[in-house]
Amino acid sequence: MKPGYTIKNKMTKITSPDILIQQLSDKLPPFLANKQITNPVMVGIHTGGVWVAEQLHRNLKIEEPLATLNISFYRDDFSRIGVHPQVTPSTLPSEIEDRHIILVDDVLQTGRTIRAAMNELFDYGRPASITLVCLVERDGHELPIRADIVGQQLDLQNKEQIKLTGPEPLAFEIKQVDVL
Amino acid sequence: MVNKNARATNPLLGQDHWNIQLDENGRLKHFLTVEGLGSEILTEILDTAENFTSVNNRVVKKVPLLRGKTITNLFFEASTRTRTTFELAAKRLSADVLNINISTSATSKGESLLDTLYNLQAMQTDMFVIRHQDSGAAHFAARHVAPYISVLNAGDGRHAHPTQAMLDMLTIRQNKGHDFSGLRVAIVGDILHSRVARSQIHALNTLNTGVINVVAPRTLLPADIEKLGVKVHYNLQQGIQDADVVIMLRLQKERMQGAMLPSELEYYQQYGLTSDTLKLAKPDAIVMHPGPINRGVEIESSVADGSQSVILDQVSNGIAVRMAVMSMTLGTSAQQTGEEK
Repeated sequence: MKPGYTIKNKMTKITSPDILIQQLSDKLPPFLANKQITNPVMVGIHTGGVWVAEQLHRNLKIEEPLATLNISFYRDDFSRIGVHPQVTPSTLPSEIEDRHIILVDDVLQTGRTIRAAMNELFDYGRPASITLVCLVERDGHELPIRADIVGQQLDLQNKEQIKLTGPEPLAFEIKQVDVL
Repeated sequence: MVNKNARATNPLLGQDHWNIQLDENGRLKHFLTVEGLGSEILTEILDTAENFTSVNNRVVKKVPLLRGKTITNLFFEASTRTRTTFELAAKRLSADVLNINISTSATSKGESLLDTLYNLQAMQTDMFVIRHQDSGAAHFAARHVAPYISVLNAGDGRHAHPTQAMLDMLTIRQNKGHDFSGLRVAIVGDILHSRVARSQIHALNTLNTGVINVVAPRTLLPADIEKLGVKVHYNLQQGIQDADVVIMLRLQKERMQGAMLPSELEYYQQYGLTSDTLKLAKPDAIVMHPGPINRGVEIESSVADGSQSVILDQVSNGIAVRMAVMSMTLGTSAQQTGEEK
């Protein structure tokens, strides 16, 4: 298991995913207690968010089985990139109505994935609340969406893309991408 | 395997009539025939459709993928299942749907197909779904519409019915697994008039099916059917022996001229699927039929409604497959024109 990464030029240290998940597992219960949320439904977003959610779900001993969300039918960039059939379908409990949702994703950047995920959730019903948990929140927000609980805040360069690889072991991969 | 002469004799189908289905990146732009498409594209259609079946089982059966798109159903021939499932597929993708009823439209006043298409194109249609009595009508449309428009073939003459073939493949895959190489499939009935059978045979071949038997009286078989890579049987008992999948076809009485059959009763006695003849197939064989079924003509009621029948699953899968093809083709055309559109 690699302990961490160093981003060139920035000297920002990225904590390993396993440690970040442990930190999220510590932060989440007091947050839920403070909001008086009991019996929540945990929902992981395919694919990286599900890996994170699986561990969180185990650590927090949540009763309700883990739900998963495939947002590919709700993306706002369909007109540019088309559909992606390889992703597994969503598995949500039959009742979302009035439930407290803990939405889990790996990396929060633009906020567009979360926008799509919330649109899909609302097609299943009206949740009582949605708490957003992200392993990493980086710069580059394009929508007014922020995480409630974050493993690590990162300030990356425009060209740098961070991706969670897994599921065994979980690791971060930083790639240089072409910016239009 | 492909009969080149048959193609050249039809003026509506060009030499390269399947190539116009793909864009320059090899992605599906129109869906006109299964012929000429590789197993990757067919598998992509099936995988995408599999995802959409989950949408169809939800309380809110709608996703916003094609919001703002206009899809025109242009049916020059009667249809219940195909037209309604195309309509539902479009609506579940949030597209706006226009159903043109040809018998009451300007076509009955003498407007040509091309003029009808151009007028609907001027109304900013993004996709045409076309059923027509002439083979090649959908290809003709695909060659003449504006480049950003996709055309789906919902059945043309005796030529092809590709979405029906793909919903059948999805049904087989759900029941028999992803590997078709060990499967024995029997297609029974009016092969001569059946665009469904032609498309099924192409799809089964492309997906590497072990054995494909076609079973029919000589008068209901096209001349060169063996060239498509199938085994011909004139005897139902032999043809469905040990089959994993039995596909019954409808006797297309409306297309029959002259004495092709002695009588419906005699046809049923020789080629009708009864619970007794079905015992010759494998015990876990599935029975399929594209509909509408003629009970007591090609299939016994107790078989059509029996535990081995997946006929109604085929109908449900029809929606998912049509959603898949619509989103794949419109996704590609949008990609081509980018954001300027």
